[in-house]
Amino acid sequence: MPIPSVIYPEYEVVRYDRCTRCGRCIRECANGVHYFSPDKKMVLSDDTKCVDCLRCIAQCPEHAIKIVKSGCTFRDNANWRPGIIGGIIKEASTGGVLLSSMGNPEPYPVYWDKIVINASQVTNPSIDPLREPMETRVFLGKKPDSIERDENGKIIDNLPPQLELSMPVMFSAMSYGSISYNAHSALAQAAEEIGTFYNTGEGGLHEDFYKYGNNTIVQVASGRFGVWRGYLEGGAAIEIKMGQGAKPGIGGHLPGAKIVGDISRTRMIPEGTDAVSPAPHHDIYSIEDLRQLVVSLKEATGYTKPVIVKVASVHNISAIASGIARSGADIIAIDGFRGGTGAAPTAIRDNVGIPVELALAAVDQRLRDEGIRNNCSLVVGGSIRSASDVVKAIALGADAVYIATAALIALGCHLCRNCQSGRCCWGIATQRPDLVERLDIAEGKVRLVNLLEAWKGEIKEMMGGMGINSIEALRGNRLMLRGIGLNEKELSILGIQHAGE
Amino acid sequence: MIVDAQNRDYREVNEIIRSSKENIEVINPLGQRFLGAGLRERRVNVYGIAGNALGCYLDGGTVEVFGDAQDAVGDTMNSGRIIIHGSTGDALGYAMRGGRIYVEKNAGYRAGIHMKAYGDKCPVIVIGGRTGSFLGEYQAGGLIIVLGLDRGEYPISGYFTAAGMYGGRIFLRDPGEVLLQKEVEMRSAEKEEMEEIKEHISEWCTLFHMDEEKVLDAPFYVVSPKKGDTPRQKYVAN
Amino acid sequence: MPMCGTRDPIYFLGAFMRLEGEVRIPSGCAISAAISRKGRLFTGEAMIKAMETMHERSNGLGGGFAAYGIYPEYKDYYAFHVFFTDREARKETEAFLKDRFEVVDSSVIATRTIPEITDVPLIWRYFLSPLRSIVEREMIGEDEYTVRAVTRINSTINGAYVFSSGKNMGTFKAVGYPEDVGKFYRIDEIEGYSWTAHGRYPTNTPGWWGGAHPFSLLDFSVVHNGEISSYDANRRFVEMFGYRCSLQTDTEVITYILDYLIRRQGLTPEESANVIAAPFWSTIERKSEEERKRLTYLRTLYSSLLITGPFSIVLGFTGGIMALNDRLKLRSMVVGEHNDMVYVASEEAAVLAADRNAGSFYFPMGGEPVVVKVEGEV
Repeated sequence: MPIPSVIYPEYEVVRYDRCTRCGRCIRECANGVHYFSPDKKMVLSDDTKCVDCLRCIAQCPEHAIKIVKSGCTFRDNANWRPGIIGGIIKEASTGGVLLSSMGNPEPYPVYWDKIVINASQVTNPSIDPLREPMETRVFLGKKPDSIERDENGKIIDNLPPQLELSMPVMFSAMSYGSISYNAHSALAQAAEEIGTFYNTGEGGLHEDFYKYGNNTIVQVASGRFGVWRGYLEGGAAIEIKMGQGAKPGIGGHLPGAKIVGDISRTRMIPEGTDAVSPAPHHDIYSIEDLRQLVVSLKEATGYTKPVIVKVASVHNISAIASGIARSGADIIAIDGFRGGTGAAPTAIRDNVGIPVELALAAVDQRLRDEGIRNNCSLVVGGSIRSASDVVKAIALGADAVYIATAALIALGCHLCRNCQSGRCCWGIATQRPDLVERLDIAEGKVRLVNLLEAWKGEIKEMMGGMGINSIEALRGNRLMLRGIGLNEKELSILGIQHAGE
Repeated sequence: MIVDAQNRDYREVNEIIRSSKENIEVINPLGQRFLGAGLRERRVNVYGIAGNALGCYLDGGTVEVFGDAQDAVGDTMNSGRIIIHGSTGDALGYAMRGGRIYVEKNAGYRAGIHMKAYGDKCPVIVIGGRTGSFLGEYQAGGLIIVLGLDRGEYPISGYFTAAGMYGGRIFLRDPGEVLLQKEVEMRSAEKEEMEEIKEHISEWCTLFHMDEEKVLDAPFYVVSPKKGDTPRQKYVAN
Repeated sequence: MPMCGTRDPIYFLGAFMRLEGEVRIPSGCAISAAISRKGRLFTGEAMIKAMETMHERSNGLGGGFAAYGIYPEYKDYYAFHVFFTDREARKETEAFLKDRFEVVDSSVIATRTIPEITDVPLIWRYFLSPLRSIVEREMIGEDEYTVRAVTRINSTINGAYVFSSGKNMGTFKAVGYPEDVGKFYRIDEIEGYSWTAHGRYPTNTPGWWGGAHPFSLLDFSVVHNGEISSYDANRRFVEMFGYRCSLQTDTEVITYILDYLIRRQGLTPEESANVIAAPFWSTIERKSEEERKRLTYLRTLYSSLLITGPFSIVLGFTGGIMALNDRLKLRSMVVGEHNDMVYVASEEAAVLAADRNAGSFYFPMGGEPVVVKVEGEV
């Protein structure tokens, strides 16, 4: 007799009498939860397939559906929690490695939430951001050690190429393949309108999007998919992907089934071929090799593009960052362990890496201790959720942040964390044409622009409150931060005082 | 135009190459890096030892080295030709997706790693001698031809040949025993396949003044991935 | 618990409150400056009058002056002004100095005993010449060598504090109202071609002689009024280059920034003003292409040295001064002239107190540097 490996569904669909059997939910659900029962002449649901993406709820014209936690679960156990037992059952019954999507959902401390921001009172004035100048423009890139003058004493512009951002927020790497054409298009257009950058991820650049090149960061990962001279020249900057916060030390593998049509063309591999991006670049085994790749990209593009090196935040991140800062890279991007992913082994996502707040604080201090903070700009990502997170990151020492999950939420994502299935009902993490077309590009762009405009407003309000009218005066200004409920060690790593001090 | 690379920064040398409209002859290269990076047309001849990342992102034109080259020759090249009258270091043709590389003698580790093909783009590497380990690692497309000439006691390729290979083919001339990963297989080259690679061997022989008949007069074997047997992690949605 | 604004002895307060350097202390202030374009020497009397006028802007917890051209007979030697809490500190410091410098002259700085200034430390002056053999061995130049010696004394010798280290110039400062401090140091008898002055209004400090202003490093001296909001961004950047902001005051960090930009990076004072009080981008965009490029370059290159929040400063240097407001001009500052004299002060009244014939008043815009230099050699 087989051992039943059924886990009672975590969510269940509640349907009210006002359901008119219009069938909208059946059409909307890519997971096949809802179905019409001819016998009972009503719409029923298979709760085992529900991922709680809330698409049906959003689309039901009668508001006749809700999704609730089923509540049927294992006996309470603080050690053997339901997710752990469930994981064992899944692995035991299939032999497969547990696979998850989006960022680490485990209850690790979120240091952003334990840091509070200062405001001016009496001794210096706060500033009204609506009526007085308030600057959020940022230039990312290496700054030279000294100035040079020509024979007339005029200063020579010896600045290496810089990325100019209207505000210190960029869209971080999500490959075409992991997200849809429409999502990419909305991101590219929004980046252009806002005056910031979106990032191709490691899947190459779709031919339709070369026109947004001035607002595009093109990524070069170990598999080099879609990489060629035109691609490198097509973007405003080149990012070498060494690691990803959600899966440090783990590469990517897009199965051949997903390499179809445009994706195959963009990645420059035949349809149906797997796309393997192993974790390491096999030409980078030490820091001088990284330098070689950095410089080779610069040589190929005539030193016109800043080169970003993106790494996951891991234990010895300061030493790593110091190495990168000396490699000729212009920008270091650090991706924290709560960063999202289209698919990662659960064990890795939930256990590997460190919080980006600590990584940022440690790296910024280390680079200053070594006198090389100006050698490169620092960008952090990995669950930047709000304008206040941005302000805190800048005050800790970042030049700018990367956001991705927040951008996807703006596009409709409800964080059901099922990207790996390819059945995203919101048209984001899917390549199914019927699902992709649900994401209206124009509206998506407007929502992204709205989000960043709102954040910019909030950032300005907070800066004004601190009496700071330019974002660079906030960068590394840790006196503007205080910790709440943090121990001495945490405070010392973050380089901030406790509230009340 | 002759560029004397001696006592010059690689950046300066490459800037001259980039901004010139003529063919270039680099003398005294002494390991200067990135020579011919991103070149689209013209010819760059290098007399002496070329440094790392020679002809990286090459997109047309010809880079010819009269001497050895070092690591990462033809990294991510898209088209054009690289000719090495000598041997090369590691990671030859990393992620190469078009064009041709001809090496007179030996290549180091990981030759042809991540090589790929798409549409009418099919990269080809021809190596006259032997190679180090991990030949064709993660190869996804394209042709690698290793002739194994004058290799003496050495195997035609080192360990882990074709590790993680999931596309394309590696041709080995008279290879003897080759230790292969489980995801790939080796068989005798078909007649049509020999026709297919003949032009590349012929070109190699012309470049390096070798007797084509003699080179072809040996058994050729083909290493290719077993169908549907890419090493793949088994996953269960969590 | 003693409150601010009192003049309780430092050793008493020390048990309860932390000194500069142990905690960051914002403060309001008054500043003034005077310079003769012709390099004519004049006493500090006018400065005392100017500061007296602005008495309300200080709270008696710190005042001071910097004067240039005051040691013509020793103009090639570094003049150290040092506070000692006791003889031990002095002996230790003198031993340190003898190891590194030829001590050309040393003496107690002459002061006047007045009831307003109490808790007086030992105040000594040394004229020093770096030992050539060591400078040559260390290959760092005399200035850098001297800066390092100052940093070393101030951070490692307990009870010793070098508060002035330039050539042919000196700072004079104390806890007290600036006009009293001026009388105490007999600056009405000292002659210089340029003077700066400062009265302090710290918000929570017990007051410490070393923490009074001007703050100086070699021949750069800074007086500052305001509280900057970019402090830690600036501090953490400039500390990369060997500076230690041990006093944690705005003035200190501003001095280091200007030393870095002008002495070490070779910017002109005006260019350094374009860095620390950089124009807004919208302003830059309206400039001519060449100027736009220059300003964008400076702002981008030294973005971490942009100072935000209110400030007005006067930088003193050999042969000149620079007055500068923050780019929003959140502090007041006025410039007046009379014949060869140029005056700068927080208030017009102070200028008139210093020289009643002063006129041609000018109120510099936010971020607009006013640089006045002595014509010819000084």
